[in-house]
Amino acid sequence: MIRNGPSGQSRVSAEVTVRAPMESVHGPVATGEEHPSSAPLSIHDVTVAYHRKPVLWDVDYDAPEGKLIGVIGPNGAGKSTLLKVALDLTPKASGQITFYGQPYRKQRRIVAYVPQRESVDWDFPISALEVVAMGRYGRIGWFRRVGRKHREAALAALDRVGMADYAHRQISQLSGGQQQRVFLARALAQDARIYLMDEPFAGVDAATESAIVALLQQLSAAGRTVLVVHHDLQSAAQYFDHVMLLNMRVVAAGPVETTLTEQNLRATYGGRLTLLEEAAHAMAQSRREP
Amino acid sequence: MRFARLAPALIAIGCVVATAAADATGPRSITDVRVQLPSLDQVIRVLSLRDYNTAVVVIGVTCLGIASGLIGSFMLLRKRALLGDALSHATLPGVGIAFLVMTAFGAEGKWLPGLLIGGAISGGLGVLGILAITKLTRLTEDAALGIVLSVFFGIGVAVLGVVQKVGGNAAGLESFIYGKTASMLFSDAATIAIAGGAIAMICIALIKELTLLCFDSAFAASQGWPTLLLDTLLMVFVVGVTIIGLQAVGLILMIALLIIPAAAARFWTERLTVMLIGAAVIGGVSGAIGAAISALAPRLPAGAIIVLVAGAAFLFSMICGPTRGVIARAWRLIRLQRRIGRQHLLRAMYELSEEAGANAASFTTEQIHGQRYWAHGELRAAIRAARRAGEIDMADDSRLRLSPRGREAAWRVTRNHRLWELFMVTHADIAPSHVDRDADAVEHVLDPAMVRELEAALSEQYPDLRFPPKLDAGIA
Amino acid sequence: MPTMPAILATTTWTSLDVWIVAIGAISGVACALPGVFLLLRRMSMMGDAISHAVLPGLALAFLLTNTRDPYVMLTGAAIVGVLTAVFTQWIHSAGRVDEGASMGVVFTVLFALGLILIVQAANHVDLDPGCVLYGDIEAGPLETLRFAGLALPRSVWINGGVLVINAAIIFALYKEFRISTFDPTLSTTLGINATFMRYLLMTLVAITTVAAFETVGSILVIAMLIVPAATARMWSDRLGNTLLVAAAVAALSAPIGHWLALEGPAWFGYPGVDTKTAGGIAIALGGLFALSVVFAPRHGVVSKALHRLRLSVRVAREDLLGLLHRLGELGRPAENAMVNRLMRATQVGPITLGLAMRSLRREGLVTGRGRVQLSQRGAEAARDIVRSHRLWETYLEQHLALPADHLHHAAELLEHVTSPEMREGLERETGQPELDPHGKPIPRSPD
Repeated sequence: MIRNGPSGQSRVSAEVTVRAPMESVHGPVATGEEHPSSAPLSIHDVTVAYHRKPVLWDVDYDAPEGKLIGVIGPNGAGKSTLLKVALDLTPKASGQITFYGQPYRKQRRIVAYVPQRESVDWDFPISALEVVAMGRYGRIGWFRRVGRKHREAALAALDRVGMADYAHRQISQLSGGQQQRVFLARALAQDARIYLMDEPFAGVDAATESAIVALLQQLSAAGRTVLVVHHDLQSAAQYFDHVMLLNMRVVAAGPVETTLTEQNLRATYGGRLTLLEEAAHAMAQSRREP
Repeated sequence: MRFARLAPALIAIGCVVATAAADATGPRSITDVRVQLPSLDQVIRVLSLRDYNTAVVVIGVTCLGIASGLIGSFMLLRKRALLGDALSHATLPGVGIAFLVMTAFGAEGKWLPGLLIGGAISGGLGVLGILAITKLTRLTEDAALGIVLSVFFGIGVAVLGVVQKVGGNAAGLESFIYGKTASMLFSDAATIAIAGGAIAMICIALIKELTLLCFDSAFAASQGWPTLLLDTLLMVFVVGVTIIGLQAVGLILMIALLIIPAAAARFWTERLTVMLIGAAVIGGVSGAIGAAISALAPRLPAGAIIVLVAGAAFLFSMICGPTRGVIARAWRLIRLQRRIGRQHLLRAMYELSEEAGANAASFTTEQIHGQRYWAHGELRAAIRAARRAGEIDMADDSRLRLSPRGREAAWRVTRNHRLWELFMVTHADIAPSHVDRDADAVEHVLDPAMVRELEAALSEQYPDLRFPPKLDAGIA
Repeated sequence: MPTMPAILATTTWTSLDVWIVAIGAISGVACALPGVFLLLRRMSMMGDAISHAVLPGLALAFLLTNTRDPYVMLTGAAIVGVLTAVFTQWIHSAGRVDEGASMGVVFTVLFALGLILIVQAANHVDLDPGCVLYGDIEAGPLETLRFAGLALPRSVWINGGVLVINAAIIFALYKEFRISTFDPTLSTTLGINATFMRYLLMTLVAITTVAAFETVGSILVIAMLIVPAATARMWSDRLGNTLLVAAAVAALSAPIGHWLALEGPAWFGYPGVDTKTAGGIAIALGGLFALSVVFAPRHGVVSKALHRLRLSVRVAREDLLGLLHRLGELGRPAENAMVNRLMRATQVGPITLGLAMRSLRREGLVTGRGRVQLSQRGAEAARDIVRSHRLWETYLEQHLALPADHLHHAAELLEHVTSPEMREGLERETGQPELDPHGKPIPRSPD
C-alpha cells in the first residue's frame, strides 16, 4: 500500500489535515472535501496498491446515471482493480466510493457484478440455470430453497441472453461466449440498478459480443447504469455512450465524442512517464523486506 | 527402563521381523499367516446384521461414511481436499491433551465430547497456523499444510507418549490413529449417528450457500455472504467428522473417507445434488461393506478394509463413470472423430460434384482421397459409416455416390461450413488462409439455433449472399 | 558422533541417548536435502503422500524376499514412491481430478493396502500403531549391523547411506536440479528432462522416507522433509545456502528433540515421565521454524517490522525538515510544541516522531530546545526535500494534468523516494521553473 499501513509514507499530508493557523504554511488546502455525491457510482480520491505496486492513483470519477460507460485503458492500467475496489473485494489505500451516496455494503442489492470469466472453475458440477439463480440468492436469504418465482426469474434472465435452451446444461459444456452470457444472465437476475462488468467481451465470439452489446444498450436505455471494463479501442466508440480513460489515474472521462480524442488516447496509451515509474519502483523497493 | 518395551518394535517391518522371530520360537505355525475364510453361517449372520455387535459397527460406520462423503464433496469442490488432511492430523494433540486434562480432574479420559472439544481447539489452532504461515512468510500453502500437519502430529505423538506412560484408562486411545472398529459400542455408534446426522442436515440446509461459496467465492463475498464464516463452518465440520471417525477408522483413513467418496462421485454426474447423494452413498456403502468384511475377518484392520472398498469404488467410478469416466470420455472422443470424418467425406463429395458439374455424380475413392487431407484409415472408416447411415451408395464399378439423403446432409454440412468461413472472415480478423481449419473444427459443434443466428448476421452485411446451391436432384 | 550442545551437558545422557540423537540427526539431514527441492517445487504434500504410500512397497518387499535387507527395502520403496507420483498424475490428468485430491486418493489407498499387507505378514502380533506412524527411534541403537568391519547401529548405516546418496546426487546434479525446479520448460528445452528430474526427486524422497521411517515414522518424516527446508527459506535466498541451513536445522533438531522428549513432560506435571523422541524432534523443528519466522534477519516478522519503523522514521525526519523549511519561509518561529502538534496532526505516532527528532538532533541538522532551528546542514537538507516536493508538483501538473488540489498528496509520497539523479531528471523535464503550481518558490540548490 502506498498510503496506509504502518509506514510513514502512508500519511495524509499536513497540508490537508492541518487547518486554520497553518493553512498558509503549506499552500492550498484540498478543496474536494466530502460532499457525498448522489451519482450511481461515485469514486472519490481512490488510491490502491497491489503487491506493493501502485495500481490506481487518486482516481476521481462520478458515473452519470443511465449511461453505458466504458472503462478503457491498456493492460495493467488498473481497470479490473477499480471494479474490485468498488465492490470491497480489494482494499483501498485511501479514498471513498459510494453508490447513490451510500457505501457498497448498504447497496448490495442494487449493484450487480460480472467478474472475468476465468475467475471461476467452469468444471464445477452445476447447470447454467443454477448459476443464474445465484443472482437471486441475496433476495432468497439463508437456508431457503430457490423457489419457483426465483427459478422463473433466472430462466427469464437466461432467455434475455438467448440461452434459455441451455438452462440445464452443465456449464463446462458451454462455449466461452455462452459462459459469458450465463454470467451476464446472473447479473440480470439480480435486477440491479448498476452493473459492473469486467471484460465481458474477452474470449467470446463476435456473435456473443454483439448480442451482449445490444443487451447492455437495452439496459442503459431502461435507465440502468452500466460500467464495462473494455480494452479494445476500436469498438469503444461504437459501443459506449461515455468512456473513462484510465491508466493508473483518470486521464479523461466524459461523452465518447469529446473524450476519445487523439490526444487523450495518446496520454492513456503512450507517453511513458519514466520518472514517475522510477519513483513508483523506488517506493515499491523501499517497502520491500530489508 | 525406556528400552524395556522396545523388544518387538522397530518400524512396521521391525514388527514383522520381530513377529517372525517370535514365531520361530513360539508354538504358532507359519501357515497361520493366512486369513481364515469365514463359514457360510458367519457370512449370513453378518450380512443379515443379526449379530448385535456387527449391526452396531455397520450402522455407525455407514453414518460416518455418509457424513464424510457430504463434507468431503464440498471440500473437494472448494479445492481444499488436502486441508482436510492437515486438519485431521492437527486434531491429535488436542485429543491427547483433552484426555490428560480429563484424567487429571478425575473424570473419564475417553469421554467423547471432551475429546471432541480438545480436537476442535487444536484443529482450529492448526488452521490459524496455516493462515499465519501463508500471511507472514513467503511460503506457499502446500508448505504451510505440510508444516502444520507434521508438527501438530509430532506434538500429538509426544502427548500420546505421555498418555501411554501415565497409564490410567489410556488403553485404546492409541487406536485413534488406526481405529478400532470392532470395539465400537452402541453409544459410540449412536454418537456417530447423531453427530454425523446433524452435520449432514446442516450441510443440506446450507447447500445453496455452500455451493455459492465453492463455485464463486468472490461473487459470494460481493453479495455480502459471510464467506469466512462459511469456510470456517466447513472446517469445523471436517474436524467434527474426523473426531467422531477417529475411533472407527482412525486418523489417516478418515482422510480417505473425506476425499475418496467425493472424488469418486464426481465421475458419475455433472449435477451437484447428484454428486452429493453419490458421495454419501459411496461413503456409506463403503463403510458398510468394509465393516461387514472386517467383521468376517476380524484380524484385518477394519479402517484399512473400508478405505480399500472406497478405493475400489473410486477406481470403478473413474473407469466406468458415465459422464466423466475414462471409458465414457474415450467413447465420446471416438464418436466425435467418427462424426467429423463422415462430415468431411460428405463435404468432399459435395465439392467434387460442384466442380464436376452435373456430369459426374459418382467418384472413385482416389478422387475423394485427393480432395483433402485424411488421417490413416480415416477415409475408409468414414465411407463405412456413411454407407451404414445410407448416405452414400456404392455403384457396381465401386464408385461412390451420394444417396438422396446423403445429398441433403452433404448440402447442410457444406452450407454450415461456408457460413462459418464467411462469418469468420467478415467478423473476426482471421487471415483467410487459416479459416478452413478453424471452420472444420467448429462446424461440427454448431447447432441449428446458431446457424440461424449466423444467417441473420451474414444476410445483414451481404444482402445478396447466396448459400451454396442445392445439388440438382436430377444429377443422380 | 555429533557434539552435544552445552545446554544438554547438564543432563546425564548415556551412550544410548547419544546414538539416538545421532540417528535422528543423520536421518534428519538426509530428509532435509530433497525436502528443499520439494518445498521449492511446491510439492510439499507430495512428501506427505509418498511417506504414507511407501508402506505397501516395504511390506511387499519383505513378503516377497522374507528379508529386511536394506537394498530390497529401498528398492521396493523407490518403486512405490515413483508409482505414487505416476498414479497421482494419471488420476489428475485422465480423471480430471484436482491434484490435491488425487494425491489424497492414492496415498490413503496405498497406505491402507500397506497396513493390510503388514498385518498379513505379522499375523500374530497385534499391530503396534506406533511402529508405522511414529517409528521407534529409541530402539535404533539396539540393533547393530556389521559393515566394512564396523559394528554400528543398523539405522546409522541405512540413514547414513541414504544421506550419502542424497548428498552425492544433489551435488553431482546441482545445476540440473536447480534449473528443473526453477523453470521446468526451459530446463527441458536445454536438454535436461524436467520429467526425469521430477521422478528422480520422487525416488530420492521415497528411499529417504523409507530409511527415516524406521527412525521417526511416516508422519514425522514429513516434518523432517518440509520443516527444515521451510525454516531455511526464512534465512536464505540462495539455493546452496538454503540446503546448508536446512541440513543444519535438521541436525540441530535431533538433540533438542530428544532433550524435550526426556524433560518436557516434567514441565507439565508429569515428573519422571518421558515421551517419544520422534514427537520431540517434530516439536523442536516446529519451534525452530517459529523462531525463524519471528527472528530471521531479512524475512522475519521482527525484522520486517523494524524495517517499517526505520522507514517511517526516515519519512518523519524528512517531513520535519520540510515543515521547518516552510515555517521559515513564512518567517514563523518553530515553537517546539507547535511543531509537535503539526506533525502529530499528520498521524505520525509519538514514538516515530520522537525517534525522528532525536536522530535529527544527533546528526546536528536541528538545534535549539524550546524553539527548533535548522542548522546550516539541516537547512540544505530541508531545501532539497522541499525542492523535490515542489518539482514533483510541477511535474505532475505538467504531465498528468492532475487538478491542483491533488498534486500535494502525490508529491508528498514521491518526495521521500527522490534520489539526486531523479531530482536532476525532474529539473530537466520541468524546465526549472521558479514557482510551483501553487505559486510557491522552488528553492534552488546553493550552487
